[in-house]
Amino acid sequence: MTSKYEGLDSPLRRKLLMGAAGVAAASMLPPMALAQQFPTAAVNTTGLAVTDTEVTVGILHSVTGTMAISETGSVQAEKLAIEQINAAGGVLGRKIKFIQEDGASDWPNFAEKAKKLLVNDKVAAVMGCWTSASRKAVLPVFEQYNGMLYYPTFYEGLEQSKNVIYTGQEATQQIIAGLDWVVKEKGAKSFYLLGSDYIWPRTSNKIARKHIENFQKNKVVGEEYFPLGHTQFNSVINKIKLQKPDVIYAIIVGGSNVAFYKQLKAAGIDLTKQTLLTISVTEDEIDGIGGENIAGAYACMKYFQSLDNPNNKEFVAAFKKMWGEKTVIGDVTQAAYLGPWLWKLTVEKAGSFDIDKVAAASPDVEFKGAPEGYVKVHKNHHLWSKTRVGRAKANGQYDLVFETADLVEPDPFPKGYQ
Amino acid sequence: MFGYTFGELGSILAMQTFAGLILFSIFLLMALGLAIIFGQMGVINMAHGEFMILGAYMTYLTSHVFQNYAPGLFGGYFFVAMAVAFVVSGALGLLVEWALIRHLYARPLDTLLATWGLSLILQQAYRSIFGPREVGVTLPDWMMGSLPVTETIEVQINGLFVMGLTLIITGIVALLLFKSKWGLQVRAVTANRTMSGAVGIDTRRVDRLTFGLGCGIAGIAGSAFTMIGSTGPTAGQLYIVDTFLVVVFGGAQSLLGTIFSALTISQSQSTLEFFLTGSMAKVITLLIVIGLLMLRPQGLFVLKVRK
Repeated sequence: MTSKYEGLDSPLRRKLLMGAAGVAAASMLPPMALAQQFPTAAVNTTGLAVTDTEVTVGILHSVTGTMAISETGSVQAEKLAIEQINAAGGVLGRKIKFIQEDGASDWPNFAEKAKKLLVNDKVAAVMGCWTSASRKAVLPVFEQYNGMLYYPTFYEGLEQSKNVIYTGQEATQQIIAGLDWVVKEKGAKSFYLLGSDYIWPRTSNKIARKHIENFQKNKVVGEEYFPLGHTQFNSVINKIKLQKPDVIYAIIVGGSNVAFYKQLKAAGIDLTKQTLLTISVTEDEIDGIGGENIAGAYACMKYFQSLDNPNNKEFVAAFKKMWGEKTVIGDVTQAAYLGPWLWKLTVEKAGSFDIDKVAAASPDVEFKGAPEGYVKVHKNHHLWSKTRVGRAKANGQYDLVFETADLVEPDPFPKGYQ
Repeated sequence: MFGYTFGELGSILAMQTFAGLILFSIFLLMALGLAIIFGQMGVINMAHGEFMILGAYMTYLTSHVFQNYAPGLFGGYFFVAMAVAFVVSGALGLLVEWALIRHLYARPLDTLLATWGLSLILQQAYRSIFGPREVGVTLPDWMMGSLPVTETIEVQINGLFVMGLTLIITGIVALLLFKSKWGLQVRAVTANRTMSGAVGIDTRRVDRLTFGLGCGIAGIAGSAFTMIGSTGPTAGQLYIVDTFLVVVFGGAQSLLGTIFSALTISQSQSTLEFFLTGSMAKVITLLIVIGLLMLRPQGLFVLKVRK
């Protein structure tokens, strides 16, 4: 059997990863030797928080405020990854210690906390942010103080930085593959675009409209945006009933989704007959919406909790063991889990914690143990990943109905879509 | 016109009016509790949204109890849930009045801060008890559907339910205010607190009951919102702006004002939403309200009060 975790070819692997006994064993044997093999002075030439036995990273998410609902899963996944990495011997023989800061759903606060982590705590990497607004707020801080951010959310693209690794999908990987699938599979000709009123839905719908009109030669019969937290969708549902689009393409975010899907169902729109495609509803949101209200809808993303592969089964079991049987795992939670692992693999490839060397070593780093199957870092710091379409079931899980044969190349600055 | 035939325009008009009526009922349910508390006591309850969400959480808990212990009666659980929501929110209201509000009666601005703080405490409490994520409230099947009227016009059952509920609650509040002894006392205290006290009305007791009733109504509203909206620790904030808008626009001391204000805002919002987009409709509605408030700073209806 070949190991899926690089640099760890032991039959004890599972035990090392999961068991408490493994922690003791791991700290006794090879890592010690590994740490001596890489003396601190050699692997840390820029004064990061790295000692002979420990390395400190930051976790920067909102655990209070409106975004706490979404970002909780990311924090849980990152902590799980860190615990597993430590159980398997750490990074270059050093245990990962983390400092967690609360962005509190407030973008300037994210920038403050990022500066604190980089300047005061000297962390070797930060796992964090969720909204594009918070990422845009911390980006100049990471570039000025030369930090490394692992950002987990699927997002609108049009960005690239030496100091960021984007572990979620950018717009073209998600939107275009999904729209092509729905046209091929459902023979769709007309689309109604819906979204929340801020940067991500507007930018991604711009790409969607270009693709529908210019490349597929199909029709957009309506496009509408609602304030965040909007709870009244009766009017737009009436319009949808009159227009009868082949596909409702809905990228509403957060709690508004609950209102939207409940009202769709109450208005008699049956999602087993009316095709609806979303890229913003994961298993997390379904928890609030209620599976019976969204059953039949299609979602296009790269990960579903129900994915049937050994990596994912192990991941889901470990996640539930750590955070409770009732937790669900959505696309972004999985992408957050990739952060610490990719960082570990990159540091070991670079043989150094120095930010510049880690950034330079990032392209072509592969993670064979990714729950989504397999991922690889592109030279533009986004991930090659598969695009998948799932169909929502009443129990709150997705059935996989389609996946791309190969990994899709990330293209954050697509030509002809701007 | 607008790319629709006359037949279609007719159905649009009918369906949008209906959508507007649903919105009206929701606005009224949200604002009633806030309006009677402010009208009578001059207290602006910033935690109103959290009292609503308490009602929603009570509905969630009741649905679980029924699912686990009496699945056969699940179809009717919602009526029990509303009663539970009213009692629990009302009881918390009484407690809050006793512990917090009554010490601040002479200082209206301080009640604003105190109830704001209370709302943060309640949000955190919900987060600790129910988790940071939204909870899914399962509804009985009979509530999730629509009745066809014509080929293009359909009436949503939960919409009818909310309307009926609003009608009943508004009726009860009106009866209480205008036909009961308590109502007489409330109106007396509203008109002149000192004089009412002097003629032997226990103003403290009237205040406590009013606050409890207002919070209880918020709880029922929250229970009703589980049909259409989300239930999470911060979901109360989603409703509070609209609620304040309705109360301020209506003239905060008048039941009739609250009703008319909810009607005006909901119908203009719903009509505009059809011809414009959701965001634009909201902006224009706000502009209309601001414009009218400039003409009538006291709101649509002003109660004649001796100061």
